[in-house]
Parts: sequence; structure tokens; C-alpha cells
Amino acid sequence: MWKRDEAVKPTAPAGSSPAPTPAVGTPPPAADAVRTTTPITHSEPQRGMEKTTVNIGKSVVIKGELSGSEDLTIEGQVDGKIELRQNVLTIGPNGKIKAQVFAKSVVILGEVTGNVTATEKVDIRDNGSVDGDIAAPRVAIAEGAHFRGSIDMQRAGAKPSESKSESKQAASSAAQTSGAAAGASR
Amino acid sequence: MISDILRWGTKRPEAPAAGTQGVRGDAPAVPSKGLPKFIAGLSQMDSPVLLDFGPVIGSNVEFFGERLGCKLFIEDLLADIDRHTRGGTLDTLPDAIVKRFRHGDASVDGILCWDIFDFLDKKAATALATQIVRMLKPGGLVMGFFCSLPVDKASLTKYEIVDEKSLRHRPHAGPAGPKRVLQNRDIIRMFEGLVVSDSFLLKTNTREMLLRRK
Repeated sequence: MWKRDEAVKPTAPAGSSPAPTPAVGTPPPAADAVRTTTPITHSEPQRGMEKTTVNIGKSVVIKGELSGSEDLTIEGQVDGKIELRQNVLTIGPNGKIKAQVFAKSVVILGEVTGNVTATEKVDIRDNGSVDGDIAAPRVAIAEGAHFRGSIDMQRAGAKPSESKSESKQAASSAAQTSGAAAGASR
Repeated sequence: MISDILRWGTKRPEAPAAGTQGVRGDAPAVPSKGLPKFIAGLSQMDSPVLLDFGPVIGSNVEFFGERLGCKLFIEDLLADIDRHTRGGTLDTLPDAIVKRFRHGDASVDGILCWDIFDFLDKKAATALATQIVRMLKPGGLVMGFFCSLPVDKASLTKYEIVDEKSLRHRPHAGPAGPKRVLQNRDIIRMFEGLVVSDSFLLKTNTREMLLRRK
């Protein structure tokens, strides 16, 4: 009885098996049909696999323009220009970039010398370094990161008056209260 | 047990207000009188250009960039002082300060000096003040902290904005140096062309000063 149960168990984990197990009682489909139905039944993992990340290794040196439509991780060295307007660019801890960077989102763990423009976010992680100007609607800089340059978080097409109105109100009320407090303390 | 009974019914210490203390747990939030005025002044301007002479701090970038819509320039002068101190080239710091800034005349709306002047000798302080006056637009604001008592060896501090009214003073890596006192008249003389719009003496004996270009 125990032996029989073990024989039924699949060797690989259930999640990793690409082929679906046919329902009990249904006739086994033809080989071609299985091939065509497989991506549909496992659509989610397939979709995840479609979004590949290309990796440029430590020993790779690129001089020139680098552009693409896939997420990219750079551990090597790039001198020139990087354009991934719809994708995420990750500069790994070993990455050394001397380039103008344009991407949807940029994560920096290595060194970047040059201007970085992102349509979504620039994230400088711990030990990441940027010498250049950043333009992105959101910028996160971790403790221990190095940065020298300017940061422009103005969103293209954003209405600054709307976004600033709340902070203006808060700031003016804060100034009033502090002014009153200062007046009292003087 | 007895101490528990005795303590029962007594008023418990109030928990710190959210956003003012204990977020990081390493340093308490310190109220600032100059910061609200500085922020209020900046928020009257459209897309202000702001220079920060301290090291880069993520939450400060978020505060000034996202909330106030500033274009922020990080000019970490503490790193310069650190480098010159380690290299034994502090005498060349005034020249380095003059060459450092790429900003044009009257191109900056606000400058956060923090306590940088306390760590500069008179020559370097004068060089920096001249650059500040040159870069500041008419109506532009400068916020600086000035100590009232000299300190032989003071560690560097970085200032993290907690909210519109308070800062967190956090230790910054770097060699400790002497803090020099600049008298009010010295400050006024150094920043010729600016007027002191607000000055607050805090309980810590720090003078928080706001200067405005005429």
C-alpha cells in the first residue's frame, strides 16, 4: 500500500510540471492537442517567462548605444548611451556605467556617471553611486548611497499647482504656528 | 509587585506623536523654528531651485522634490571638508569652494547650509558666503545653523527632515573637527547683500537663521 502511493507521486514538484494532468474519466487527448492546450492551461507561468531579463555579465564592456525592449541587468561596463524606454534597467553591484540613461525605471546598485532619466522611478540602493543629474517623478535614495548632482522630480504634464496646494497650506500653517511660538518665546 | 501596585493609577508617559519621533528609533525629532519659515518661503515660489550643502538623504529629497516640487542640487560640502581634512589640504578649501559651484549668478531660490559654517575657518566661510550671495536670486532664502559656543572636537551631523516643523539630527561619518563661533555681526558682514529675515536662539544654544536676498 505504501509502495503504491510513492509510485503515484510525481518526482518533480507539482508547480514545476509544465504538462497538465488530464481529468479523470476524460479520454486522453492526441499529442498535438496537448501541445496546443499546454500554454493556455499554464498561462500565468508562461506570461512570467515571457518577461525576460537580459543580463550583461561582469566581463562585458560595451562602448556605444544600447537600446532594447526587455528588462536589463548590467554587471559589466557600458560607455555611451542606454535606452530602455519601456523597461526596467538594473545596474548591478559590479556595474560601471558612463552613459546617458533613459528607462522606465532604473535601479542602481553599482556606479553611474552620467544623467539618468526615468519615466517612473530611479532607485539608488545602498552602496549605489550616481554622479549626474536625475530626472524622474519618483526618486528613492537609500542610506549609504552616494549622489552628486541635481534631482528634478517635476512630472511632465503634471499640474504643480494642484500637487503643491496641500503642501503650501501645510507649510503656511506650520509657519504661522511657529511664528506665534517664536513670538511668544522672544 | 509592590512597585507595580504603586505605579498603578499614575499617569503614563505619553507616546510620541506619529511622524515626530521614533520612526527610525535612533534619534529623536528636534523642533525647528527656521525650517517652517524656509519651507513657507519656498512654497511661494514656482518650481524653486534648491541647493543642499549636506549629504544626500532620501527623505529630504522626497520632501523637497515630491512635496514642494523643487529642483534639488546636492552639493555635499561635508564630504569636501572630510576629504580636505583627511588629505591635510584644508588651506586649499576656500579655492575649492570658489571653483565648485556650476550655478550661474542669481539662479538659485533656496540654500540649505545646515551647520556647515561652524566647521569652516574664516577664509573658507567668507568664500562660501560670497558664492551664496552670488548664486541667490532676489527674494531667495538661505537657512543656516550657527553654534553659540565653540567646540574643540564636534562630530559631523546630517539633518533629516521629519516634517515641516522638525528635524532629526543624525551623526555623519567623518573626522570630528572644531566648531567655531560666528558672531551675528560677522554673519551680517559676510552675507553682504542679504538681510536676516528671522533668527531664533534655540535651547540648545544653536542660532537658526534665515537670510533673504534683497
